[in-house]
Amino acid sequence: MRGITKKFPGVLASDNVDFDVRAGEVHTLLGENGAGKSTLMKILYGLYQQDEGEILLHGKPVQLTSPANAIAHGIGMIHQHFMLVPTLTVAENVSLGLKSTRGALTDLKTVSRRITELSKTFGLHVYPDEHVWKLSVGERQRVEIIKALYRDASILILDEPTAVLTPSEVDDIFVIFRRLAEDGRGLVFISHKLKEVLDLSDKITVLRHGRVTGDTTPAKSDRHDLAQMMVGREVKLAPDKHEVETGVPLLVIEDLYVDGDRGRHAVQGLNLEVKSGEILGIAGISGNGQRELAEAIAGLRTPQSGKITINGQDTTASKPAKIRKVGLSYVPEERMKDGAVGDFDVKENLILLNHNSEPFCKNGLLNFREICSHSEKLVKEYAVKTPSIDATTKNLSGGNIQKLIMARELSAGPKVLLASQPTRGVDIGAAEYIHERISQQRQRGTASVVISEDLDEVMALSDRIAVMFDGKIMGIINQEDATRESIGLMMTGEEQEAASV
Amino acid sequence: MKSFISLIIPLCAVLLALMIGAIMLLSLGANPISGYVTMFGAAFGSLEGFSETAVKSIPLLLVGVGICIAFRANVINIGGEGQMVMGALLATAVALAFPGLPSLMLIPMVLIAGAVGGAFWGSIAGALKAYFNVSEILSTIMLNIVAVQFMNFLLRGFMIDPAEVARGTGIPQTMRLSENADLPILLEGMRMHLGVVVALLVAVGAYFLLWRTAMGYRLRAVGYNPDASRYAGISVPKNVTSALAFSGAMAGIAGAILVFGSESHRMVTDGGSTGFTGSAGFNGIVVALLAGLHPIWSIPSALLFGGMLVGANALQRAAQVPSALIIALNGLIVVFVVSSEYFKQRFLESGRVDIVDEEDTPAGGSHE
Repeated sequence: MRGITKKFPGVLASDNVDFDVRAGEVHTLLGENGAGKSTLMKILYGLYQQDEGEILLHGKPVQLTSPANAIAHGIGMIHQHFMLVPTLTVAENVSLGLKSTRGALTDLKTVSRRITELSKTFGLHVYPDEHVWKLSVGERQRVEIIKALYRDASILILDEPTAVLTPSEVDDIFVIFRRLAEDGRGLVFISHKLKEVLDLSDKITVLRHGRVTGDTTPAKSDRHDLAQMMVGREVKLAPDKHEVETGVPLLVIEDLYVDGDRGRHAVQGLNLEVKSGEILGIAGISGNGQRELAEAIAGLRTPQSGKITINGQDTTASKPAKIRKVGLSYVPEERMKDGAVGDFDVKENLILLNHNSEPFCKNGLLNFREICSHSEKLVKEYAVKTPSIDATTKNLSGGNIQKLIMARELSAGPKVLLASQPTRGVDIGAAEYIHERISQQRQRGTASVVISEDLDEVMALSDRIAVMFDGKIMGIINQEDATRESIGLMMTGEEQEAASV
Repeated sequence: MKSFISLIIPLCAVLLALMIGAIMLLSLGANPISGYVTMFGAAFGSLEGFSETAVKSIPLLLVGVGICIAFRANVINIGGEGQMVMGALLATAVALAFPGLPSLMLIPMVLIAGAVGGAFWGSIAGALKAYFNVSEILSTIMLNIVAVQFMNFLLRGFMIDPAEVARGTGIPQTMRLSENADLPILLEGMRMHLGVVVALLVAVGAYFLLWRTAMGYRLRAVGYNPDASRYAGISVPKNVTSALAFSGAMAGIAGAILVFGSESHRMVTDGGSTGFTGSAGFNGIVVALLAGLHPIWSIPSALLFGGMLVGANALQRAAQVPSALIIALNGLIVVFVVSSEYFKQRFLESGRVDIVDEEDTPAGGSHE
């Protein structure tokens, strides 16, 4: 790609960018959300057309007018957001848009056989006859990878493909990626996980504000160099820690069983205790009961048996509103679906929890003066970047929406903070800020639970790390004793060794 | 800018629909310009005409405002007809039971009875949706039929005018209801009555409810994003039920006003719902859509459609054009206004990227 420029109203999304991928190499495109990575790749995938510049494939200039066109040119993409039809099976999803060998009839048997083969070869554990809506986020991601593998593209764009994988799975998938590269394919790897970038890449191009700010190789740079190139300033990769005395247990879970959407017992006999002033990280591959556990704590899912105590009160069968009153704040996993009302403006979202109580509401009437001053204060305090408190929330960036949700949840003065994937898809600057905020909760005496698939995040934030697998806690390690290897092992179902308890 | 686009695009849609209507008028051998002049002249050109238009607009406005509330909560209410009928029945029953009360008490009582009747009917569909996941589109339509048969049953039986039974004619209608319940005429010698004021107050009240109260806040939150509402501790089933109850209440008031503001001051059935409601239960949806689901904008919107009903008769007399043309014109306006929504969204979207300062994917997780 040469001299690619793309303008959107008010934004120069891509400014004279040169980028090339050679056969047999993995070339990483590194940058924060909004740096122009996605725009560049959408141009390569035919979703956008560039305003200036040209694309050369195998030395010849091409016009990529649509994704179908790009696929025909041998360009494949693994999207960050899943492009799957939930009501169809894996095989049906993979065969979508492909020509069947049987003309007008589907040929799912052949497709299924090939999926099983690919799945076996690469250890992906994807079963062709399963319906996609039943699959967890992590499993869906693996279906996406199969889809791309199935189409046998010569250039593969990998848009944050590891976001939901465990360390050992990442190692496995990196082996696959390397094998694909050695096979003569060119791979474009998009990521903001610095460690992975350094592990996988042959070459690294860093983008910021639509411009190339650095070309380097893993041999020449380390994590801090890359972070600085991305953000344009010095970055702290882990929040400062203050020593805090832990106090009484504020969240106690005893022998909890919770059913999942697909069949029985997503959470099986789980015990957990989180004390005032500590942060407990829950690591694990998604789909091992974390979502069900979080929803059970928040009162959104009724447990089959067991007991949940928050701040000394039994909240096992309570309604969400009551549990929040007892002192739970909850930052849900899917911020646009569960965390905020996209069509509401910023101030309306900030009062979602307490719109019904003084001073925002008197005798059923909303008091806009109070709401506005409260919102102005929170927006400033939590550094939410928004044109005004009247801006529609869905137009804000992911990081800012997450800050807004954090502002709302933390301003409630929680006894127990439950945060699921607090920085997924959030740029480094905002993630740094969110980590800082969660870390500060320790001084307030909050008992915090951080559920995350990002092992670096869990290790940087937590005092203790619990690893969840198949609905159970495999073990809890103190942060000082934790290593990527020991946690990674537990994430795949190995019981914690007795010695390290 | 945003509100300007929201206003100008539906207006253009109405004008386009009227232009296609002009072609239809031409093909019927009528001069479209003089046709429209006659039509809108009859509806808005004189005080008498406007009085008629206002009266015709009352049920449209009330049902429309109710639709605004329901649709804002993402509940589709096609049951305006049935809710009007049930409201009217309960209001009529109250008037029959307490004929001697003074107007100052009886009129508010029958209006409240209308609201309660409609709200009850609406909340049945609401509760079915909220607690048993029954599609409200189907249940509201089916409850329309139940309501009409219930009306026929009552007006042929318990509530029938004793004089009809004595005479043996058996026309299914009530007796002339208590004069104390007659809605007072606002202008001497014209038909415009208190119902106009009631409808306007309800429209302003609905605006107030939606944007100034905690209740309305919850309705809108649940309508936009039930998941986030649930996570924040707002009860989705309760709010879905109340949305349909509010919507039904407004239709019920419309039903009551139709009875007590009528010339005959009785409730009459011809066996179907249209004879009583004039299809206001359905046309109110159109009023609300044209108004962009805004209770205040529903006022001019209802006047437009009310005026077309009045103008249709004048047009028929003046140009010998069948008044069914107006039904076609109504339909055209709906089609154009509803499809103009697409263009409105596109215009509003195009201005959207401006606010996104640091990310190319708004919301970081939205599917593009």
